[in-house]
Amino acid sequence: MEIVVCIKQVPGTTEVKVDEKGNLIRDGIDSKMNPYDLYAVETALKIKEEKGAKVNVITMGPPQSEAVLREAFMMGADDAYLLTDRKFAGADVLATSYALYQGVLKTGKPQLIICGKQTTDGDTAQVGPEMAEYLGIPHVANVKKIHEVKENSIVVEMDMPTTMEIVEVQFPCLVTVEKGIFQPRLPSYKRKKQTVNKEIVKFSLKDFEDQDEKQYGSSGSPTQVERIFPPDVNTDKEMWEGSGEELGDKLFKKLADLKFV
Amino acid sequence: MNFKKIDDKDVQFLISVLGEDRVFVGEAINEDFSHDELASVKVMPEALVEVKSTEEVSKIMKYAHENNIPVTPRGQGTGLVGGSVALHGGIMLNLSKMNNILELDEENLTLTVEPGVLLMEISKYVEAKDLFYPPDPGEKSATIAGNINTNAGGMRAVKYGVTRDYVRGLELVLPTGEVIEVGGKVVKNSSGYSLKDLVVGSEGTLAVVTKAILKLIPRPVKTISLLVPFNSLEEAIETVPKVIKSKSAPVAIEYMVRDTILSAEEFLGKPFPDKSADAYLLLSFDGNTKEEIEKAYEKVCELCLEAGALDVYISETQERHEAIWSARGAFLEAIKASTTEMDECDVVVPRNKIAEFVKYSNDLQKQFDIRIKSFGHAGDGNLHIYVLKDALDEATWEKKLSDVFDCMYSKARELRGQVSGEHGIGIAKKPYLKESFTEEQHQIMRGIKAAFDPKGILNPGKVVIN
Repeated sequence: MEIVVCIKQVPGTTEVKVDEKGNLIRDGIDSKMNPYDLYAVETALKIKEEKGAKVNVITMGPPQSEAVLREAFMMGADDAYLLTDRKFAGADVLATSYALYQGVLKTGKPQLIICGKQTTDGDTAQVGPEMAEYLGIPHVANVKKIHEVKENSIVVEMDMPTTMEIVEVQFPCLVTVEKGIFQPRLPSYKRKKQTVNKEIVKFSLKDFEDQDEKQYGSSGSPTQVERIFPPDVNTDKEMWEGSGEELGDKLFKKLADLKFV
Repeated sequence: MNFKKIDDKDVQFLISVLGEDRVFVGEAINEDFSHDELASVKVMPEALVEVKSTEEVSKIMKYAHENNIPVTPRGQGTGLVGGSVALHGGIMLNLSKMNNILELDEENLTLTVEPGVLLMEISKYVEAKDLFYPPDPGEKSATIAGNINTNAGGMRAVKYGVTRDYVRGLELVLPTGEVIEVGGKVVKNSSGYSLKDLVVGSEGTLAVVTKAILKLIPRPVKTISLLVPFNSLEEAIETVPKVIKSKSAPVAIEYMVRDTILSAEEFLGKPFPDKSADAYLLLSFDGNTKEEIEKAYEKVCELCLEAGALDVYISETQERHEAIWSARGAFLEAIKASTTEMDECDVVVPRNKIAEFVKYSNDLQKQFDIRIKSFGHAGDGNLHIYVLKDALDEATWEKKLSDVFDCMYSKARELRGQVSGEHGIGIAKKPYLKESFTEEQHQIMRGIKAAFDPKGILNPGKVVIN
């Protein structure tokens, strides 16, 4: 079995700053592996230990993002891929997903792709599911528990705000995992020594199947960050009962009152 | 000792100084104030007062001195040796409401605080300003004056030293009610006997600390921790002197066994990153750049592997530190939750004797058929060894505990150790201090006590052997 884990290097501090174009400022600050990705790597390694698997890790970023791939080696990953090209810079979630999709195709034929639920810098939680759409495979987000890894499928528990669903998904598929699914192991010094010279496979645009520059980086990004702010949290609920017609009227009136229509 | 019992007139005096809502008498006193974390000694004070200023403390001390009433100063009551128990009744001075941070002097790198400020408040306050107060005892909800009075050490003592090293000056109310200042914002001081250093570690028997000037240092930018698994506790601990000898300057070197880790996991409901080995060393390093720290720790990694370590796990980020250190912080509570009652031995031995001492105390489990758990500061020789009561009846427990302690303390003496590394003597460890010092030393202690407190009214019955 082949597993690909998508990881990302994020700022090491919680104070994320953006430049005037809305891009994250990464220069001069400490960086680390996205905390959610630690859980993704651990999930893959647990499956490897139980069922046997090859665990590949992939990241997109500037050359220094190699550090998170090295950390994954120190945790037990087998091979690592770095997608790096100036033309990938300034990518939004769509362009990122596209580049990762192209990259994953180059790693082999993974049955399972694991991502962290979200990153702690962008916080969109969209890249995993978007990649799955490009790959044309099913995905399950917010996976909190792995129930069983079968020959051709995986049974997982998906954590939704008010419900919990247990689903079985056929391979190939993609899951994004929640914090706490497993306790991430610590990087090993012994592995560090073993892998210090281990090659990291680098891909740039010219290595991809689709070399259309318009798909990547800022030119492949239909969205731009205007400003970053914490959203208002609103979990107010109203429960209504009645016939379809009554509820329809009520809903219309409510939306009108809120000036949504 | 013949102290005066508190009567109505005394209560009226206390009310005249503090008002009715800060004076508690009889049943109005919460049972918590009858003991500290050493559960075996319980005595209620006759009156409990909440003080808010040096002036109030001074007035009460003066009155108590004139009327021969015993006074017991108290912070959060997290002590482990009965130091803040009102052994002779009298007045308990609750200083935990004097809890203001008074001044951060960035030109002198000092922080001036009232006695009731909590340790965790200090670290939060100074670290937000990129400064650092290194003493790091496990109990973060202790008050600073409690730390000062026990000369608490904590995990970072290996590199940074103990509380005494970070107290620059104190404002004190003497048992007579006089207010004096000792030390100050000065870095050097060769001006006569260091009264400040006498009061640090005096367990509230010499004077009441009403203000403290603490020394701060710039905050190290980066910290990394190494979790090092070994096949046995002996192997782990025998590695410690080698680390010390390597001159790599770790901030902390702690040791732990799997049992304790499992208890902590259960207690916190949080998994620990590795529990495959029987014993672990946990080391931390700090510095200003990643490269600087890496250089220091790689040497230690190699050394540990040579000494038989199964691997060395590296923790470099907040999330990873959190997973390890939150468990370390919960060890005491976790062990406590696993038994009915326990008592601890906090001896300190020369660092190259730690392995011998830990092995010795482990072997006592078999000899006395009792559970003994230990973890602690391998890097500074300060052990925390807990003897657990479990299902023993009271009489058997007392007998066994006393036998086990006699063995441990005489072993510590044999290794040229000291009775207490950081918890103090209080009531509980007096018999062992008695054994450990010569009569001449006890006489000097008595003389110092009498010089500060001629009537012996301040925290009577603690530390000094009469």
